[in-house]
Amino acid sequence: MSAKNPRDVTNVQKVAIYAVLTLFSLFALFPIVEVLKISLRPGNNLFSSNFELIPQNVTFQNYVDIFAKHPFLKWIFNSILVSLVVTLISVGLASTAGYAFSRYKFVGRDPAMILLIATQMFPVTMLLLPLFIMLIKLGIYDSYSGLVVAYSATALPFCVWQMKGFYDTIPRSLEEAARIDGCTEIQTFWKIIFPLAQPALVITALFSFMSAWSEYLVAAVLIQDPALFTLPMGLKAFQSDLEVAWGLYSAGAIVVSIPVVILFVSLSRYLVSGLTLGSVKE
Amino acid sequence: MQTAIDTEKIESAKITLDGKEPEKIKEKFNAVPYLYALPALIVMAMVVLYPFIYNVIISFSNMNLEHFQDWSFKGVRNYVNVVTDPKFFWFLFKTVLWTVTNVFFHVTIGVFLAILLNKNIKAKNFFRVILILPWAVPQYITALNWRGLFNSEYGAVNQVLALLGIERVQWLSTEWGAFMACLITNIWLGFPFMMIVALGGLQSIPDALYEAAEIDGASWYDKLRHITIPLLKPVMIPAITLGTIWTFNNFNVVWLVSNGGEPSDQTHILVSWVYKVGLNYFRIGYASAFSLIIFAMLLVFSWNFIKKTKATQSIY
Repeated sequence: MSAKNPRDVTNVQKVAIYAVLTLFSLFALFPIVEVLKISLRPGNNLFSSNFELIPQNVTFQNYVDIFAKHPFLKWIFNSILVSLVVTLISVGLASTAGYAFSRYKFVGRDPAMILLIATQMFPVTMLLLPLFIMLIKLGIYDSYSGLVVAYSATALPFCVWQMKGFYDTIPRSLEEAARIDGCTEIQTFWKIIFPLAQPALVITALFSFMSAWSEYLVAAVLIQDPALFTLPMGLKAFQSDLEVAWGLYSAGAIVVSIPVVILFVSLSRYLVSGLTLGSVKE
Repeated sequence: MQTAIDTEKIESAKITLDGKEPEKIKEKFNAVPYLYALPALIVMAMVVLYPFIYNVIISFSNMNLEHFQDWSFKGVRNYVNVVTDPKFFWFLFKTVLWTVTNVFFHVTIGVFLAILLNKNIKAKNFFRVILILPWAVPQYITALNWRGLFNSEYGAVNQVLALLGIERVQWLSTEWGAFMACLITNIWLGFPFMMIVALGGLQSIPDALYEAAEIDGASWYDKLRHITIPLLKPVMIPAITLGTIWTFNNFNVVWLVSNGGEPSDQTHILVSWVYKVGLNYFRIGYASAFSLIIFAMLLVFSWNFIKKTKATQSIY
Protein backbone atom coordinates (compact mmCIF):
# COMPACT_ATOMS: atom_id res chain seq x y z
CA MET A 1 0.00 0.00 0.00
CA SER A 2 1.59 3.21 -1.10
CA ALA A 3 0.95 6.41 0.85
CA LYS A 4 -2.46 7.61 -0.25
CA ASN A 5 -3.95 10.85 0.96
CA PRO A 6 -5.99 10.05 4.08
CA ARG A 7 -8.62 12.57 2.99
CA ASP A 8 -9.32 10.71 -0.25
CA VAL A 9 -12.50 8.65 -0.34
CA THR A 10 -13.74 5.76 -2.45
CA ASN A 11 -16.70 6.26 -4.76
CA VAL A 12 -19.08 4.40 -2.48
CA GLN A 13 -18.03 6.57 0.46
CA LYS A 14 -18.44 9.65 -1.71
CA VAL A 15 -22.07 8.78 -2.45
CA ALA A 16 -22.73 8.19 1.25
CA ILE A 17 -21.09 11.47 2.25
CA TYR A 18 -23.09 13.41 -0.32
CA ALA A 19 -26.28 11.74 0.84
CA VAL A 20 -25.68 12.65 4.49
CA LEU A 21 -24.60 16.21 3.69
CA THR A 22 -27.66 16.69 1.51
CA LEU A 23 -29.93 15.44 4.28
CA PHE A 24 -28.47 17.89 6.80
CA SER A 25 -28.55 20.69 4.24
CA LEU A 26 -32.27 20.09 3.78
CA PHE A 27 -32.67 20.37 7.56
CA ALA A 28 -30.66 23.62 7.53
CA LEU A 29 -32.62 25.09 4.63
CA PHE A 30 -36.09 23.93 5.66
CA PRO A 31 -37.20 26.88 7.84
CA ILE A 32 -35.51 29.41 5.57
CA VAL A 33 -37.23 28.09 2.46
CA GLU A 34 -40.56 27.89 4.28
CA VAL A 35 -40.39 31.54 5.30
CA LEU A 36 -39.37 32.51 1.79
CA LYS A 37 -42.41 30.66 0.44
CA ILE A 38 -44.76 32.36 2.90
CA SER A 39 -43.35 35.77 2.00
CA LEU A 40 -44.23 35.15 -1.64
CA ARG A 41 -47.82 34.09 -0.99
CA PRO A 42 -50.68 36.49 -1.72
CA GLY A 43 -52.64 37.68 1.33
CA ASN A 44 -55.67 35.45 0.75
CA ASN A 45 -53.54 32.32 0.53
CA LEU A 46 -51.43 32.61 3.69
CA PHE A 47 -52.93 29.65 5.46
CA SER A 48 -52.73 26.66 3.24
CA SER A 49 -53.00 23.58 5.38
CA ASN A 50 -51.26 21.32 2.88
CA PHE A 51 -47.57 21.17 2.24
CA GLU A 52 -46.66 22.44 -1.20
CA LEU A 53 -43.16 22.53 -2.57
CA ILE A 54 -43.72 25.55 -4.80
CA PRO A 55 -46.21 28.21 -3.68
CA GLN A 56 -49.07 29.13 -6.02
CA ASN A 57 -49.76 32.65 -7.33
CA VAL A 58 -46.33 34.01 -6.40
CA THR A 59 -46.43 37.72 -5.63
CA PHE A 60 -44.05 40.34 -4.24
CA GLN A 61 -46.92 42.30 -2.69
CA ASN A 62 -45.70 41.64 0.88
CA TYR A 63 -42.31 43.11 0.08
CA VAL A 64 -43.93 46.21 -1.38
CA ASP A 65 -46.34 46.53 1.55
CA ILE A 66 -43.75 46.50 4.33
CA PHE A 67 -42.13 49.55 2.78
CA ALA A 68 -45.24 51.28 1.47
CA LYS A 69 -47.80 50.67 4.24
CA HIS A 70 -45.63 50.09 7.31
CA PRO A 71 -42.75 52.03 8.93
CA PHE A 72 -40.22 49.40 7.90
CA LEU A 73 -37.73 51.99 6.60
CA LYS A 74 -38.04 53.90 9.87
CA TRP A 75 -37.22 50.73 11.84
CA ILE A 76 -34.20 50.09 9.62
CA PHE A 77 -33.02 53.62 10.23
CA ASN A 78 -33.52 53.31 14.02
CA SER A 79 -31.61 50.04 14.12
CA ILE A 80 -28.74 51.41 12.05
CA LEU A 81 -28.50 54.45 14.32
CA VAL A 82 -28.39 52.48 17.58
CA SER A 83 -26.08 49.76 16.26
CA LEU A 84 -23.68 52.28 14.75
CA VAL A 85 -23.33 54.32 17.95
CA VAL A 86 -22.80 51.19 20.06
CA THR A 87 -20.19 49.89 17.62
CA LEU A 88 -18.30 53.18 17.45
CA ILE A 89 -18.15 53.46 21.24
CA SER A 90 -17.11 49.86 21.90
CA VAL A 91 -14.64 49.42 19.08
CA GLY A 92 -13.17 52.86 19.62
CA LEU A 93 -12.50 52.16 23.29
CA ALA A 94 -11.41 48.58 22.67
CA SER A 95 -8.86 49.47 20.00
CA THR A 96 -6.49 50.91 22.60
CA ALA A 97 -7.73 49.07 25.68
CA GLY A 98 -7.15 45.71 24.00
CA TYR A 99 -3.54 46.70 23.45
CA ALA A 100 -3.07 47.77 27.06
CA PHE A 101 -4.54 44.46 28.25
CA SER A 102 -2.33 42.52 25.88
CA ARG A 103 1.01 44.20 26.62
CA TYR A 104 1.05 45.96 29.98
CA LYS A 105 0.67 45.24 33.64
CA PHE A 106 -1.19 48.06 35.35
CA VAL A 107 -3.29 48.65 38.43
CA GLY A 108 -6.80 47.35 37.76
CA ARG A 109 -5.79 45.03 34.94
CA ASP A 110 -6.48 41.76 36.69
CA PRO A 111 -9.84 42.74 38.23
CA ALA A 112 -10.89 44.11 34.84
CA MET A 113 -9.90 40.85 33.13
CA ILE A 114 -11.95 38.88 35.65
CA LEU A 115 -14.90 41.20 35.04
CA LEU A 116 -14.52 40.70 31.28
CA ILE A 117 -14.74 36.94 31.64
CA ALA A 118 -17.46 37.12 34.28
CA THR A 119 -19.76 39.12 31.98
CA GLN A 120 -19.85 36.05 29.74
CA MET A 121 -21.55 34.16 32.58
CA PHE A 122 -24.00 36.89 33.54
CA PRO A 123 -27.59 35.99 32.84
CA VAL A 124 -29.20 38.81 30.81
CA THR A 125 -31.17 40.02 33.82
CA MET A 126 -28.02 40.55 35.87
CA LEU A 127 -27.27 43.85 34.15
CA LEU A 128 -30.61 44.52 32.49
CA LEU A 129 -32.58 44.77 35.71
CA PRO A 130 -30.30 47.32 37.46
CA LEU A 131 -29.86 49.23 34.18
CA PHE A 132 -33.63 49.34 33.79
CA ILE A 133 -33.96 50.96 37.24
CA MET A 134 -30.99 53.26 36.68
CA LEU A 135 -32.38 54.47 33.35
CA ILE A 136 -35.76 55.24 34.89
CA LYS A 137 -34.09 57.21 37.68
CA LEU A 138 -31.87 59.07 35.21
CA GLY A 139 -34.89 59.84 33.05
CA ILE A 140 -33.50 58.19 29.91
CA TYR A 141 -35.81 55.20 29.95
CA ASP A 142 -37.58 54.71 26.60
CA SER A 143 -34.85 56.49 24.64
CA TYR A 144 -31.95 55.52 22.42
CA SER A 145 -29.39 56.67 25.00
CA GLY A 146 -30.72 54.03 27.37
CA LEU A 147 -30.56 51.36 24.71
CA VAL A 148 -27.01 52.38 23.77
CA VAL A 149 -25.93 52.13 27.43
CA ALA A 150 -27.44 48.65 27.76
CA TYR A 151 -25.95 47.39 24.49
CA SER A 152 -22.51 48.78 25.34
CA ALA A 153 -22.54 46.70 28.52
CA THR A 154 -22.34 43.55 26.38
CA ALA A 155 -20.57 44.92 23.30
CA LEU A 156 -17.63 46.54 25.09
CA PRO A 157 -16.38 43.44 26.96
CA PHE A 158 -16.73 41.42 23.74
CA CYS A 159 -14.75 43.97 21.71
CA VAL A 160 -11.99 44.35 24.32
CA TRP A 161 -11.65 40.57 24.50
CA GLN A 162 -11.49 40.20 20.71
CA MET A 163 -8.94 42.99 20.30
CA LYS A 164 -6.79 41.70 23.15
CA GLY A 165 -6.79 38.30 21.47
CA PHE A 166 -5.69 39.88 18.23
CA TYR A 167 -2.88 41.97 19.76
CA ASP A 168 -1.67 38.82 21.53
CA THR A 169 -0.91 37.30 18.13
CA ILE A 170 1.40 40.15 17.07
CA PRO A 171 4.97 39.22 18.04
CA ARG A 172 6.64 41.52 20.56
CA SER A 173 9.80 41.56 18.47
CA LEU A 174 8.00 44.00 16.15
CA GLU A 175 7.77 46.58 18.92
CA GLU A 176 11.30 45.90 20.07
CA ALA A 177 12.57 46.52 16.56
CA ALA A 178 10.62 49.78 16.33
CA ARG A 179 11.99 50.94 19.66
CA ILE A 180 15.56 50.20 18.59
CA ASP A 181 14.93 52.21 15.41
CA GLY A 182 14.07 55.17 17.62
CA CYS A 183 10.26 55.13 17.90
CA THR A 184 8.82 56.24 21.21
CA GLU A 185 6.48 53.89 23.03
CA ILE A 186 3.49 55.87 21.78
CA GLN A 187 4.74 56.10 18.21
CA THR A 188 5.36 52.35 18.18
CA PHE A 189 1.70 51.70 18.85
CA TRP A 190 0.20 54.28 16.52
CA LYS A 191 2.62 53.85 13.62
CA ILE A 192 3.42 50.13 13.70
CA ILE A 193 0.88 48.11 15.67
CA PHE A 194 -2.36 50.04 15.16
CA PRO A 195 -2.22 49.91 11.33
CA LEU A 196 -1.72 46.13 11.60
CA ALA A 197 -4.87 45.92 13.71
CA GLN A 198 -7.15 47.46 11.08
CA PRO A 199 -8.58 44.18 9.72
CA ALA A 200 -9.26 42.88 13.24
CA LEU A 201 -10.90 46.17 14.10
CA VAL A 202 -13.20 45.98 11.08
CA ILE A 203 -14.21 42.41 11.85
CA THR A 204 -14.83 43.16 15.54
CA ALA A 205 -16.89 46.17 14.51
CA LEU A 206 -19.00 44.10 12.13
CA PHE A 207 -19.78 41.49 14.77
CA SER A 208 -20.58 44.14 17.32
CA PHE A 209 -22.86 45.87 14.79
CA MET A 210 -24.62 42.63 13.90
CA SER A 211 -25.31 41.69 17.51
CA ALA A 212 -26.94 45.06 18.23
CA TRP A 213 -28.79 44.84 14.90
CA SER A 214 -30.27 41.46 15.91
CA GLU A 215 -31.13 42.10 19.55
CA TYR A 216 -34.72 41.85 20.73
CA LEU A 217 -35.06 40.99 24.44
CA VAL A 218 -33.24 44.02 25.84
CA ALA A 219 -34.94 46.42 23.44
CA ALA A 220 -38.33 44.98 24.40
CA VAL A 221 -37.72 46.07 27.99
CA LEU A 222 -36.16 49.46 27.39
CA ILE A 223 -38.25 50.79 24.49
CA GLN A 224 -42.01 51.35 24.65
CA ASP A 225 -42.67 54.13 22.14
CA PRO A 226 -43.52 52.58 18.71
CA ALA A 227 -41.77 55.53 17.00
CA LEU A 228 -38.51 54.33 18.53
CA PHE A 229 -38.96 50.65 17.59
CA THR A 230 -35.89 48.93 16.23
CA LEU A 231 -36.17 46.32 13.48
CA PRO A 232 -36.48 43.27 15.74
CA MET A 233 -39.28 44.97 17.68
CA GLY A 234 -41.09 45.88 14.50
CA LEU A 235 -40.84 42.37 13.14
CA LYS A 236 -42.02 40.91 16.45
CA ALA A 237 -45.02 43.24 16.30
CA PHE A 238 -45.91 41.80 12.88
CA GLN A 239 -45.41 38.30 14.13
CA SER A 240 -47.61 38.60 17.24
CA ASP A 241 -50.39 39.61 14.90
CA LEU A 242 -50.07 36.28 13.12
CA GLU A 243 -53.58 36.29 11.66
CA VAL A 244 -53.01 39.26 9.38
CA ALA A 245 -49.30 39.85 9.20
CA TRP A 246 -47.61 36.47 8.73
CA GLY A 247 -46.77 37.33 5.12
CA LEU A 248 -45.48 40.78 6.07
CA TYR A 249 -43.37 39.31 8.86
CA SER A 250 -41.81 36.79 6.47
CA ALA A 251 -40.99 39.38 3.84
CA GLY A 252 -39.41 41.58 6.51
CA ALA A 253 -37.44 38.68 7.97
CA ILE A 254 -36.00 37.84 4.54
CA VAL A 255 -35.02 41.46 3.84
CA VAL A 256 -33.35 41.83 7.25
CA SER A 257 -31.52 38.50 7.10
CA ILE A 258 -29.94 38.73 3.66
CA PRO A 259 -27.19 41.30 4.41
CA VAL A 260 -26.48 39.76 7.83
CA VAL A 261 -26.24 36.25 6.41
CA ILE A 262 -23.88 37.30 3.62
CA LEU A 263 -21.62 39.17 6.06
CA PHE A 264 -21.70 36.41 8.59
CA VAL A 265 -20.92 33.57 6.21
CA SER A 266 -17.90 35.42 4.88
CA LEU A 267 -16.63 36.39 8.36
CA SER A 268 -17.48 33.36 10.50
CA ARG A 269 -14.00 31.88 10.49
CA TYR A 270 -12.58 35.06 12.04
CA LEU A 271 -15.05 34.92 14.90
CA VAL A 272 -14.15 31.33 15.67
CA SER A 273 -10.42 32.00 15.55
CA GLY A 274 -10.88 35.00 17.85
CA LEU A 275 -12.85 32.98 20.39
CA THR A 276 -10.59 29.97 20.52
CA LEU A 277 -7.23 31.57 19.82
CA GLY A 278 -5.97 31.75 23.38
CA SER A 279 -6.68 28.12 24.03
CA VAL A 280 -5.34 26.69 20.79
CA LYS A 281 -2.09 28.54 21.14
CA GLU A 282 -1.50 26.89 24.55
CA MET B 1 2.20 66.17 29.87
CA GLN B 2 2.71 64.52 26.52
CA THR B 3 6.31 65.77 26.17
CA ALA B 4 7.05 64.74 29.71
CA ILE B 5 6.22 61.15 28.88
CA ASP B 6 8.23 61.27 25.71
CA THR B 7 11.43 62.54 27.29
CA GLU B 8 11.06 59.93 29.94
CA LYS B 9 10.92 57.30 27.20
CA ILE B 10 14.01 58.69 25.54
CA GLU B 11 15.81 58.53 28.87
CA SER B 12 14.82 54.95 29.38
CA ALA B 13 15.80 54.06 25.82
CA LYS B 14 19.24 55.53 26.52
CA ILE B 15 19.57 53.41 29.61
CA THR B 16 18.84 50.30 27.58
CA LEU B 17 21.40 51.32 24.98
CA ASP B 18 23.97 51.93 27.67
CA GLY B 19 23.55 48.29 28.57
CA LYS B 20 22.26 48.86 32.08
CA GLU B 21 19.63 46.63 33.64
CA PRO B 22 16.31 46.94 31.81
CA GLU B 23 14.43 45.96 35.02
CA LYS B 24 14.75 49.51 36.30
CA ILE B 25 12.49 50.84 33.54
CA LYS B 26 9.60 48.64 34.61
CA GLU B 27 9.69 49.96 38.14
CA LYS B 28 9.07 53.49 36.96
CA PHE B 29 5.47 54.58 36.75
CA ASN B 30 4.32 54.26 33.16
CA ALA B 31 1.32 56.38 32.16
CA VAL B 32 0.87 54.82 28.74
CA PRO B 33 -1.25 51.79 29.71
CA TYR B 34 -3.60 54.06 31.67
CA LEU B 35 -3.91 56.35 28.69
CA TYR B 36 -5.00 53.39 26.57
CA ALA B 37 -7.14 51.47 29.05
CA LEU B 38 -8.74 54.15 31.20
CA PRO B 39 -11.53 55.26 28.82
CA ALA B 40 -12.68 51.65 28.41
CA LEU B 41 -12.31 50.96 32.14
CA ILE B 42 -14.38 54.01 33.07
CA VAL B 43 -17.19 53.04 30.70
CA MET B 44 -17.06 49.45 31.92
CA ALA B 45 -17.23 50.67 35.50
CA MET B 46 -20.39 52.61 34.61
CA VAL B 47 -22.24 50.10 32.45
CA VAL B 48 -21.00 46.78 33.88
CA LEU B 49 -19.47 47.10 37.33
CA TYR B 50 -21.90 49.62 38.78
CA PRO B 51 -25.05 47.74 37.64
CA PHE B 52 -23.51 44.52 38.95
CA ILE B 53 -22.91 46.00 42.39
CA TYR B 54 -26.36 47.57 42.34
CA ASN B 55 -27.79 44.15 41.51
CA VAL B 56 -26.02 42.67 44.54
CA ILE B 57 -27.40 45.41 46.79
CA ILE B 58 -31.04 45.19 45.70
CA SER B 59 -30.91 41.41 45.90
CA PHE B 60 -31.06 41.94 49.68
CA SER B 61 -34.00 44.33 49.41
CA ASN B 62 -37.74 44.11 49.00
CA MET B 63 -37.80 46.25 45.86
CA ASN B 64 -40.85 45.56 43.69
CA LEU B 65 -43.61 47.49 41.98
CA GLU B 66 -45.11 48.63 45.32
CA HIS B 67 -41.79 49.40 46.97
CA PHE B 68 -39.97 50.98 44.05
CA GLN B 69 -38.78 54.14 45.81
CA ASP B 70 -39.16 53.25 49.48
CA TRP B 71 -37.43 49.87 49.42
CA SER B 72 -35.63 48.55 52.48
CA PHE B 73 -33.17 45.79 53.28
CA LYS B 74 -34.65 42.42 54.15
CA GLY B 75 -31.50 40.31 54.57
CA VAL B 76 -31.27 37.04 52.70
CA ARG B 77 -35.05 36.64 52.42
CA ASN B 78 -34.99 36.73 48.61
CA TYR B 79 -32.33 34.04 48.43
CA VAL B 80 -34.29 31.81 50.78
CA ASN B 81 -37.45 32.42 48.78
CA VAL B 82 -35.73 31.49 45.52
CA VAL B 83 -34.26 28.20 46.68
CA THR B 84 -37.36 27.10 48.62
CA ASP B 85 -39.67 27.60 45.63
CA PRO B 86 -40.39 24.21 44.02
CA LYS B 87 -40.52 26.06 40.68
CA PHE B 88 -36.81 26.82 41.05
CA PHE B 89 -35.91 23.13 41.08
CA TRP B 90 -38.32 22.29 38.29
CA PHE B 91 -36.86 25.01 36.05
CA LEU B 92 -33.34 24.09 37.13
CA PHE B 93 -34.05 20.53 36.03
CA LYS B 94 -35.40 21.80 32.70
CA THR B 95 -32.41 24.10 32.25
CA VAL B 96 -29.95 21.28 32.81
CA LEU B 97 -31.91 19.03 30.46
CA TRP B 98 -32.05 21.88 27.94
CA THR B 99 -28.32 22.58 28.15
CA VAL B 100 -27.12 18.97 28.10
CA THR B 101 -29.38 17.95 25.21
CA ASN B 102 -28.49 21.01 23.15
CA VAL B 103 -24.75 20.80 23.68
CA PHE B 104 -24.77 17.03 23.07
CA PHE B 105 -26.48 17.45 19.69
CA HIS B 106 -24.47 20.52 18.75
CA VAL B 107 -21.19 18.71 19.35
CA THR B 108 -22.08 15.34 17.82
CA ILE B 109 -23.74 16.80 14.73
CA GLY B 110 -21.03 19.46 14.42
CA VAL B 111 -18.07 17.08 14.71
CA PHE B 112 -19.75 14.49 12.48
CA LEU B 113 -20.37 17.03 9.70
CA ALA B 114 -16.89 18.48 10.11
CA ILE B 115 -15.35 15.04 9.59
CA LEU B 116 -17.34 14.67 6.36
CA LEU B 117 -16.46 18.17 5.16
CA ASN B 118 -12.79 17.47 5.82
CA LYS B 119 -12.71 14.74 3.13
CA ASN B 120 -11.67 15.41 -0.43
CA ILE B 121 -15.01 15.95 -2.09
CA LYS B 122 -15.79 18.50 -4.78
CA ALA B 123 -18.78 20.32 -3.35
CA LYS B 124 -17.44 20.83 0.15
CA ASN B 125 -17.37 24.61 0.03
CA PHE B 126 -20.95 24.63 -1.23
CA PHE B 127 -22.10 22.43 1.64
CA ARG B 128 -20.04 24.40 4.14
CA VAL B 129 -21.92 27.58 3.23
CA ILE B 130 -25.34 25.90 3.32
CA LEU B 131 -24.65 24.27 6.68
CA ILE B 132 -23.46 27.50 8.27
CA LEU B 133 -26.70 29.32 7.39
CA PRO B 134 -28.56 28.46 10.63
CA TRP B 135 -25.86 30.28 12.59
CA ALA B 136 -25.88 33.25 10.24
CA VAL B 137 -29.60 34.02 10.44
CA PRO B 138 -30.31 36.42 13.35
CA GLN B 139 -31.46 34.35 16.34
CA TYR B 140 -34.70 36.18 16.97
CA ILE B 141 -35.72 35.64 13.36
CA THR B 142 -34.90 31.94 13.60
CA ALA B 143 -37.01 31.66 16.74
CA LEU B 144 -39.97 33.56 15.28
CA ASN B 145 -39.75 31.53 12.06
CA TRP B 146 -39.87 28.23 13.90
CA ARG B 147 -42.75 29.44 16.05
CA GLY B 148 -44.70 29.90 12.84
CA LEU B 149 -43.59 26.53 11.51
CA PHE B 150 -44.71 24.77 14.70
CA ASN B 151 -48.24 26.14 14.40
CA SER B 152 -50.26 22.97 14.72
CA GLU B 153 -52.64 23.68 11.85
CA TYR B 154 -50.86 25.88 9.32
CA GLY B 155 -47.25 25.20 10.28
CA ALA B 156 -44.98 23.38 7.85
CA VAL B 157 -43.66 20.97 10.51
CA ASN B 158 -47.00 19.24 10.96
CA GLN B 159 -47.59 19.35 7.21
CA VAL B 160 -44.34 17.51 6.57
CA LEU B 161 -45.20 15.03 9.33
CA ALA B 162 -48.59 14.52 7.66
CA LEU B 163 -46.82 13.67 4.39
CA LEU B 164 -44.87 11.03 6.30
CA GLY B 165 -48.12 9.71 7.72
CA ILE B 166 -47.54 10.97 11.27
CA GLU B 167 -50.39 12.55 13.19
CA ARG B 168 -50.43 16.26 14.01
CA VAL B 169 -48.49 17.16 17.14
CA GLN B 170 -49.80 19.92 19.43
CA TRP B 171 -46.40 21.59 19.59
CA LEU B 172 -47.03 24.93 21.24
CA SER B 173 -50.01 24.21 23.47
CA THR B 174 -48.56 21.46 25.68
CA GLU B 175 -45.76 21.69 28.21
CA TRP B 176 -43.43 19.13 26.64
CA GLY B 177 -44.49 19.87 23.08
CA ALA B 178 -43.38 23.47 23.54
CA PHE B 179 -40.16 22.32 25.20
CA MET B 180 -39.44 20.01 22.25
CA ALA B 181 -40.18 22.83 19.82
CA CYS B 182 -37.66 25.06 21.61
CA LEU B 183 -35.09 22.25 21.64
CA ILE B 184 -35.41 21.52 17.92
CA THR B 185 -35.09 25.22 17.16
CA ASN B 186 -32.01 25.63 19.29
CA ILE B 187 -30.33 22.49 17.99
CA TRP B 188 -30.95 23.80 14.49
CA LEU B 189 -29.23 27.09 15.16
CA GLY B 190 -26.36 25.80 17.29
CA PHE B 191 -24.64 22.97 15.41
CA PRO B 192 -22.83 25.14 12.80
CA PHE B 193 -20.67 26.82 15.48
CA MET B 194 -19.34 23.47 16.68
CA MET B 195 -18.94 22.34 13.07
CA ILE B 196 -16.74 25.30 12.17
CA VAL B 197 -14.65 24.96 15.33
CA ALA B 198 -14.18 21.22 14.72
CA LEU B 199 -13.34 21.79 11.06
CA GLY B 200 -10.57 24.17 12.09
CA GLY B 201 -9.28 21.60 14.55
CA LEU B 202 -9.37 18.76 12.01
CA GLN B 203 -7.44 20.76 9.45
CA SER B 204 -4.61 21.22 11.90
CA ILE B 205 -4.14 17.45 12.45
CA PRO B 206 -1.19 16.36 10.28
CA ASP B 207 -2.04 13.83 7.56
CA ALA B 208 1.09 11.88 8.42
CA LEU B 209 -0.56 10.55 11.59
CA TYR B 210 -3.36 8.95 9.57
CA GLU B 211 -0.89 7.62 7.00
CA ALA B 212 1.14 5.98 9.74
CA ALA B 213 -2.01 4.51 11.28
CA GLU B 214 -3.03 3.19 7.86
CA ILE B 215 0.30 1.40 7.48
CA ASP B 216 -0.13 -0.12 10.92
CA GLY B 217 -3.49 -1.46 9.75
CA ALA B 218 -5.70 0.66 11.99
CA SER B 219 -9.45 0.60 11.33
CA TRP B 220 -11.48 3.80 10.90
CA TYR B 221 -12.69 3.36 14.47
CA ASP B 222 -9.13 3.12 15.82
CA LYS B 223 -8.21 6.28 13.94
CA LEU B 224 -11.24 8.13 15.27
CA ARG B 225 -10.67 6.88 18.80
CA HIS B 226 -6.89 7.35 18.99
CA ILE B 227 -6.11 10.21 16.60
CA THR B 228 -9.12 12.36 15.74
CA ILE B 229 -10.82 12.61 19.13
CA PRO B 230 -7.72 13.19 21.31
CA LEU B 231 -6.33 15.80 18.92
CA LEU B 232 -9.69 17.51 18.54
CA LYS B 233 -10.15 17.73 22.30
CA PRO B 234 -8.03 20.83 23.03
CA VAL B 235 -9.97 22.76 20.38
CA MET B 236 -13.39 21.48 21.36
CA ILE B 237 -13.13 21.90 25.11
CA PRO B 238 -13.10 25.70 25.19
CA ALA B 239 -15.84 25.68 22.55
CA ILE B 240 -17.92 23.29 24.68
CA THR B 241 -17.39 25.43 27.79
CA LEU B 242 -18.53 28.52 25.91
CA GLY B 243 -21.39 26.61 24.28
CA THR B 244 -22.60 25.35 27.66
CA ILE B 245 -22.60 28.83 29.18
CA TRP B 246 -24.31 30.34 26.14
CA THR B 247 -26.97 27.66 26.01
CA PHE B 248 -27.62 27.85 29.75
CA ASN B 249 -28.13 31.60 29.45
CA ASN B 250 -29.72 31.76 26.01
CA PHE B 251 -33.43 32.26 26.34
CA ASN B 252 -33.98 34.06 23.03
CA VAL B 253 -35.28 30.82 21.62
CA VAL B 254 -37.24 29.71 24.68
CA TRP B 255 -38.87 33.10 25.06
CA LEU B 256 -39.75 33.71 21.43
CA VAL B 257 -40.78 30.18 20.42
CA SER B 258 -42.99 29.76 23.47
CA ASN B 259 -44.09 33.42 23.35
CA GLY B 260 -42.92 34.21 26.88
CA GLY B 261 -43.36 30.83 28.53
CA GLU B 262 -46.68 29.62 27.10
CA PRO B 263 -48.59 27.52 27.92
CA SER B 264 -49.17 29.29 31.27
CA ASP B 265 -45.53 29.87 32.30
CA GLN B 266 -44.58 26.22 31.96
CA THR B 267 -42.04 26.58 29.16
CA HIS B 268 -39.16 28.26 30.94
CA ILE B 269 -35.52 27.80 31.68
CA LEU B 270 -34.08 29.61 34.69
CA VAL B 271 -33.05 32.72 32.78
CA SER B 272 -36.34 33.21 30.96
CA TRP B 273 -38.15 32.77 34.28
CA VAL B 274 -36.04 35.47 35.95
CA TYR B 275 -36.66 37.78 33.01
CA LYS B 276 -40.38 37.24 33.40
CA VAL B 277 -40.39 37.65 37.18
CA GLY B 278 -38.13 40.70 37.13
CA LEU B 279 -39.24 42.59 34.06
CA ASN B 280 -42.87 41.55 33.58
CA TYR B 281 -43.97 40.99 37.18
CA PHE B 282 -41.43 43.49 38.60
CA ARG B 283 -40.44 41.43 41.64
CA ILE B 284 -37.10 43.16 41.38
CA GLY B 285 -35.36 42.18 44.61
CA TYR B 286 -36.33 38.53 44.13
CA ALA B 287 -35.18 38.52 40.50
CA SER B 288 -31.79 40.08 41.28
CA ALA B 289 -31.13 37.44 43.94
CA PHE B 290 -32.16 34.85 41.35
CA SER B 291 -29.71 36.31 38.77
CA LEU B 292 -26.87 36.04 41.27
CA ILE B 293 -27.71 32.42 42.02
CA ILE B 294 -27.61 31.59 38.29
CA PHE B 295 -24.30 33.43 37.94
CA ALA B 296 -22.85 31.53 40.90
CA MET B 297 -23.87 28.20 39.37
CA LEU B 298 -22.19 29.06 36.06
CA LEU B 299 -19.09 30.30 37.84
CA VAL B 300 -18.71 27.06 39.79
CA PHE B 301 -19.33 25.03 36.64
CA SER B 302 -16.78 26.89 34.49
CA TRP B 303 -14.22 26.93 37.27
CA ASN B 304 -14.39 23.17 37.72
CA PHE B 305 -14.59 22.47 34.03
CA ILE B 306 -11.52 24.54 33.22
CA LYS B 307 -9.57 23.13 36.17
CA LYS B 308 -10.46 19.57 35.28
CA THR B 309 -9.59 19.93 31.60
CA LYS B 310 -6.34 21.68 32.44
CA ALA B 311 -5.46 18.71 34.60
CA THR B 312 -6.16 16.25 31.78
CA GLN B 313 -4.32 18.40 29.27
CA SER B 314 -1.13 18.37 31.25
CA ILE B 315 -1.11 14.57 31.10
CA TYR B 316 -0.82 14.65 27.32
